Amino acid sequence: MEYNWNWSILFEEQYLNWLISGFGWTVSVALSAWCIAIVIGALVGVGKTVPNKVIRGICATYVEIFRNVPLLVQMFIWYFAVPEMLPDDWGRWMKRDMPNPEFVTAVVALGLYTASRIAEQVRAGIETVPPGLTAAATAHGLSVGQTYRYVLLPISFRMIVPPLTSEFLTVFKNSSLALTIGLLELTAQSQQIAEYTFQGFEAFTAATVIYVCIALVATVLMQLLEKYTRIPGYVGKEG
Amino acid sequence: MISIENISKWYSDFRVLTDCTTSVKKGEVVVVCGPSGSGKSTLIKCVNGLEPVQEGRITVDGDEVTAKHANLTALRSRIGMVFQHFELYPHMSVLENLCLAQEKVLGRSRSEAVARAEKLLARVGMADHVKKYPSQLSGGQQQRIAIARSLAMDPIAMLFDEPTSALDPEMIKEVLDVMVELAQEGMTMMVVTHEMGFARKVADRVIFMDEGAIIEDRPTTEFFDNPVSERAKDFLSKILNH
Ligand SMILES: Nc1ncnc2c1ncn2[C@@H]1O[C@H](COP(=O)(O)OP(=O)(O)OP(=O)(O)O)[C@@H](O)[C@H]1O
Ligand SMILES: [Mg+2]
Repeated sequence: MEYNWNWSILFEEQYLNWLISGFGWTVSVALSAWCIAIVIGALVGVGKTVPNKVIRGICATYVEIFRNVPLLVQMFIWYFAVPEMLPDDWGRWMKRDMPNPEFVTAVVALGLYTASRIAEQVRAGIETVPPGLTAAATAHGLSVGQTYRYVLLPISFRMIVPPLTSEFLTVFKNSSLALTIGLLELTAQSQQIAEYTFQGFEAFTAATVIYVCIALVATVLMQLLEKYTRIPGYVGKEG
Repeated sequence: MISIENISKWYSDFRVLTDCTTSVKKGEVVVVCGPSGSGKSTLIKCVNGLEPVQEGRITVDGDEVTAKHANLTALRSRIGMVFQHFELYPHMSVLENLCLAQEKVLGRSRSEAVARAEKLLARVGMADHVKKYPSQLSGGQQQRIAIARSLAMDPIAMLFDEPTSALDPEMIKEVLDVMVELAQEGMTMMVVTHEMGFARKVADRVIFMDEGAIIEDRPTTEFFDNPVSERAKDFLSKILNH
């Protein structure tokens, strides 16, 4: 088989623009989903540790559902099934009038899925805090909310920065699934370049390089965060 | 000041406290001792409502801790508590450890809180360590800071749960010295400890517990010179010959 290498197509204006636009969508989807995931993940993770049984149950159910249904299936459900299940007006609005439906759907699906994974990290982080610290905070008159806010969360967030780094990288990788509902993110754009130019290797190499660069930047950022927030000499629960 | 009336407590089926009654007057120092698992920690945790009781009544300074709708956070902010393992907040500097509850619970301004903190750190001999983190300090230093942290709340009484039993022998004295000074200044104290030297020196009364019950509750010298119950005699001979 003869393959005509032609790296220069990547720099032709049209295809370069596609790559840049794909990169933009990938970053937008991943970062927006990450924001949703951090907020909901933190709430649900905390919810799994509070004394109230009902809240704990709801949060545990959330995690089980969103973590165990494959992300691709969740994308399809949000995109194809949810508009049908909602009251007519809302469903019609989602299908016809919602701006950027592929983008919004991808962000919601990816955000809620990632939230379930972050919730587990948050819960685990809170559980590494020695119970004596909670007792001390309580004994000084801090309320349950204040104990979480000033003691449990700051300690546990520092403990879970390393596992969160890997979730942060995963959210970029998982954002590629958005192509299945028609969002022209990086993977979709490379695929399109491959189809137009028959230069599949070059197109996907470009995508790979960009994903790797994103991963490197993300890793460096998280390492800085870890370094900046490290508690001097503290290693968590002894034993 | 602290009054404990006929309290009983269960952990599911397991009875930890059996009909305990005692009281601590203002300015009094009471030492609680007894074998491991006898319920000493549980008893003092009930005093500030860290553990609920199923039967009986506890009041502190006239406020009922065991009442259904007791305002526990307000009550707790007036009772200091010092733990065996110090329980300093590891992610905060020494100064922040002392300021957190002052600001968030008592609503003191930053400058008031800092001033109070610095005064108390000087008092426990830790003024040079305000910027350090707990893990950079020895056990004895951490415990002195934990005591200062409680004192910063201007408590009306202090509870201690084996404050020196996690310390290396050479650090026990520096912590006991702080506690002795506190006792001599008239602080109301309830202290779980096996430091019988401390008890003899500053305690007004000694409570001896076994299997969740208060077996003896008597003035210090009486308790040491002629313990009534066999169990207390046994306990004392073991601990004093140690
Ligand atoms: N959260 C709990 N759940 C069930 N049982 C408990 C709990 N906490 C304590 N106990 C039990 O209650 C009893 C009294 O415990 P407590 O900690 O009050 O004893 P202690 O006198 O302080 O002992 P030590 O000298 O070892 O500190 C023990 O038998 C202990 O196993
Ligand atoms: Mg104990």
